[in-house]
Amino acid sequence: MAENNDVIAAIVGIEPGSALAEVVAGRADIMALTQQTHDGALTPVASGGLTHAERAALACRIAKINDDKDFEEHFEALLDSAGPSSDTARIADIWFDGGSDIRLKALIRHVDLVAHAPKDATRRDIELLQEAGLTDADIVRLSELVAFVSYQIRVAAGLRLMRGLA
Amino acid sequence: MSKVVHEFTTAIPEWKPYVKPLDLAEASAAQLEALKITPSNTKVSDYVLVLAHDVETLTHRSPLFNGVMYNKGGLSRAEREIGAVGASIVNRCIYCAAVHASRYNQLAKDETVIAAIFADGVDAEIEPRLKAILDFSVKLSKCPSDADASDMQALVDAGLGKDEILDLILSSSLFGWANRLMHTLGEPIAE
Repeated sequence: MAENNDVIAAIVGIEPGSALAEVVAGRADIMALTQQTHDGALTPVASGGLTHAERAALACRIAKINDDKDFEEHFEALLDSAGPSSDTARIADIWFDGGSDIRLKALIRHVDLVAHAPKDATRRDIELLQEAGLTDADIVRLSELVAFVSYQIRVAAGLRLMRGLA
Repeated sequence: MSKVVHEFTTAIPEWKPYVKPLDLAEASAAQLEALKITPSNTKVSDYVLVLAHDVETLTHRSPLFNGVMYNKGGLSRAEREIGAVGASIVNRCIYCAAVHASRYNQLAKDETVIAAIFADGVDAEIEPRLKAILDFSVKLSKCPSDADASDMQALVDAGLGKDEILDLILSSSLFGWANRLMHTLGEPIAE
């Protein structure tokens, strides 16, 4: 996906040759690793028990919880390109709680909690995922997705503020 | 008796995962590569063994983490630790706060700043430059981020260069990531 070469640069609107581009170039290694982690979290080669469409839809929720329209659109586009079923596409709807699907309900509950208020998470929240049938490996995959997207959104938020500096 | 730590401290607790760490005997070649396991290096923390369940993020996460916290130039290592501590306070990650607060104390050879932050949070009476760094980190760590143009201007007014501001954004954001793993996948235990 050539258009996703650097999601943060595209979203922040870092103009080549600008003062901000020059500063960010000083940390080009970090920005490249950030993009590689994005791809590893959203479109991994081995996706385990979380499909690419589910990952994109959950990331879309995280963007909404962070009130970040640009990331919402980015993850929506990723979701569309994954060709989601209508059930999976619904995950991106912030008012949808998973309905009668126990696994989906647990995924959504956990993502919303950890995106918005990680301080409130306890052992019980991990047990709820296990009781809903998630393997420990999938729990770690889910956790990395929420954690990484929360990071990426903040890097972009900070860079948008830097763009405003003289 | 071991017990779960709920208050901020600079005494580094032990981290106990809620999920099973990867069993090295069952690790794939990609997992061993990401863990940098060699015959002479088989010591890996439970935390990293937990993260090894998701090898496609761990592979990039380790060098990214080291770069953000330790690469040359830009913001001082001690001030990057304040970015980490600010996020860890918002997200109440007792373990991350302990590790990075004690690292700040070692680097700065001073314990008063962390003592003030642990006692009074963002109201801590610390020197203006550190105060601007802490405030920005705390605000960026909220969900949604609460940092605005005036917080950015406060960093400039406190004397931070653009390269330093970028490093602060990266270290604060990085702990929005780390806290969401450490605090949700396990708990800090006092010996």
